[in-house]
Amino acid sequence: MNFEFSDEQNLLREQAHGFLAEHCPMSKVRAVLDGEQSADLELWQKIAEMGWTATTIPEEFGGLGLSYLELAVIAEELGRAVAPTPFSSSVYLATEALLLAGSTEQKERWLPKLASGEAIGTFAISEGPSRATPANLQTAAQGGALNGSKAAVPDGDIADVAIVVAKADGGDGASLQLVELDGEGVSIRPQRTLDFSRSHARLTFADAPCEPLGHPGEGWAHTERLFDRAAVLFAWEQVGGAEAALEMAKEYAMGRYAFGRPIASYQAIKHKLAEAYVKNTLARSNGYYGAWALNTGAAELPLAAATARVSAIQAYYYASKENIQTHGGMGYTWEFDCQFHYRRAKLLSVNIGSEGLWQDKLVTALEQANAA
Amino acid sequence: MDFNDTPAEAAFREEARAWLKDNVPTEAELADLNLMQQSKLWQKRKYDAGWACIRWPKEYGGRGATAIEQVIWNQEEAKYGGLPGGVFSIGQGMAAPTLMTWGKEEHKQRYLPKLASGEEIWCQLFSEPAGGSDLAALRTKAEKDGDEWVINGQKIWTSGAHYSDYGILVVRTDPNVPKHKGLSYFFLDMKSPGVETKPIKQLSGDANFNEVYFTDVRIPDSQRLGEVGQGWQVSITTLMNERASIGGGGASSDFRALLDLAQTVTINDKPAIEDSAVRAKLADWHCKRSGLKYTGYRSLSALSRGETPGPENSIGKLVAAPMAQDMASFAMDLMEMSGAVWDDEDSPAAGLFQATFMAIPGFRIAGGTDEIMANIIAERVLGLPQEPRLDKGIPFNEVPTGAG
Repeated sequence: MNFEFSDEQNLLREQAHGFLAEHCPMSKVRAVLDGEQSADLELWQKIAEMGWTATTIPEEFGGLGLSYLELAVIAEELGRAVAPTPFSSSVYLATEALLLAGSTEQKERWLPKLASGEAIGTFAISEGPSRATPANLQTAAQGGALNGSKAAVPDGDIADVAIVVAKADGGDGASLQLVELDGEGVSIRPQRTLDFSRSHARLTFADAPCEPLGHPGEGWAHTERLFDRAAVLFAWEQVGGAEAALEMAKEYAMGRYAFGRPIASYQAIKHKLAEAYVKNTLARSNGYYGAWALNTGAAELPLAAATARVSAIQAYYYASKENIQTHGGMGYTWEFDCQFHYRRAKLLSVNIGSEGLWQDKLVTALEQANAA
Repeated sequence: MDFNDTPAEAAFREEARAWLKDNVPTEAELADLNLMQQSKLWQKRKYDAGWACIRWPKEYGGRGATAIEQVIWNQEEAKYGGLPGGVFSIGQGMAAPTLMTWGKEEHKQRYLPKLASGEEIWCQLFSEPAGGSDLAALRTKAEKDGDEWVINGQKIWTSGAHYSDYGILVVRTDPNVPKHKGLSYFFLDMKSPGVETKPIKQLSGDANFNEVYFTDVRIPDSQRLGEVGQGWQVSITTLMNERASIGGGGASSDFRALLDLAQTVTINDKPAIEDSAVRAKLADWHCKRSGLKYTGYRSLSALSRGETPGPENSIGKLVAAPMAQDMASFAMDLMEMSGAVWDDEDSPAAGLFQATFMAIPGFRIAGGTDEIMANIIAERVLGLPQEPRLDKGIPFNEVPTGAG
């Protein structure tokens, strides 16, 4: 039994932690929150120089050819730091979509740029406030031209390229389309977001040039597979964030006195933080399971991913809201940092589908395992 | 990251499997025996072949195995499902480690092999009517008389006291000092004159534990573990072992039964499992049991490397017990009016959910209540301060008490 990260992976975690402590302190997150920019692109460039954006890209396409365990380690630290970068959109979604469904030519064209951080990618699926399905897609591609509109596209205002889920005739009813966002027929409207440090945009396509990624009619299957993989990496960001939120609550409770003693000595606070520890521990252990399944390509990835995802959504939501509560009135101020985790927790919990969607996927996977 | 055994672990597993295959008692062997006889037969068979209490040193009846080998053995033995042995768990799991840490050499040689072989069964005499979560508030007193101590008082919640040969006992030897400082720790022969055991009927209708009364019971001073006044420290050794089980499945059999039930019963003429509210609950419980399972795996990895597992295992009971209660309650809801029927023939899963529903309140209290477990996580894992204690530094006999 060796259900642990390797010494090298743990070393990478330490390096990532140190790097982000230096280059992404909370003051940087706050600068994005207070400023005009929708991401810290200077930090993004430094992250790319570290090679993190190239982690799982094979060496032949300009990447490092490392495993998903390395990427999970990096994700955890990015989550802990609430990093204001398009990492999840560009790496877990756009890069992975290309790796999953792209032709060699598409990989050769895009992966080196995504690896170096020169290009930012994203993935566009939602068209509005409903759960996306192949049946309700309106965006459609015909003869290399894309028409329609996508909403809540993460980092859509700063991305160079988007993988768009579009309606397809036959097959599973969907296709993936690769669209260059600086091309003709693409208009981009930034949307105000809950987490100011992670912008979203509405992308509208009017005969925008597009090219299929993978076979049309397999787009939904690719999306599901992509999201299963991304769910594990999102979960590690959430686990990192949840632990940081708990740590923040703990530090404050130890130093804050009420009725002559630290509030951390009251059971009402202790039990709340113990509950956060329990949720975080369950989420972390499920994250291990997810990382193992992702890394080995195990058949049980859909179950492992959904388990990691649901667990992590719940842990980060709880830790982020109870962190504010533990801080009392000061936790509700703009000046305090509690808001960053609260905003990020919710953003991550709806990106790539809500808790309810993943609970549903989880039980579907259980039913399939039970029937097998 | 992988789930595979190291070559040495795989060889050990193979050896364990081979022995179990040839030696697990057959149904015919067990048919005419009661549970105690079955337990003793299996334990003695393991002992004779060197498969009992395998982590203990050989000279005390064990095998000198490593922690990970113990886990492998447990996994392999568990594959045979429900082999009898629960009656030994307190003696082997709690009394023995305490003897090993605090006992004299002659104690270890005399008592440990018979604990391992199952010939002698031990119980734990700690809790009292006025000392549960606040164990150190216990009042049973011991007074020195020559080379002996005279014990008077009452213990409660003592599992297996009625069939035990020996007991571990913590008592108050000095009421004039603060509560933790006035305790001492002994073991005694449960057949000593003046020991009286009365079963407690639980709300489930079963009687698994007892009240134990002590009236002028005499214990030789040689059966003291630790110094006079050091009883609390010795008790901590026992309690740490109570809470140190690794790799628990987290109510896995109950979850599978619930999943089956949700696929069988209907809501508005459709299988219950198609209902989104049902799916959400199943998903959440799966996340918890999966989280416990892989938390166990993380601890096993530490053991496999010869390291001490981190504090993550402290969450086990606090997660598993309330979850089992909620799952049982929900399962009965899914049965609608039939949920109230507890009948081996008519109830789904032969009444498993009704039985769990009635048993679980005890699990949420025994071995540290949910609230105490949360305190332990908060204080020992997160490092939060204790609540101020009104009895701190005050002689025990001046501490205010309630009616109990």
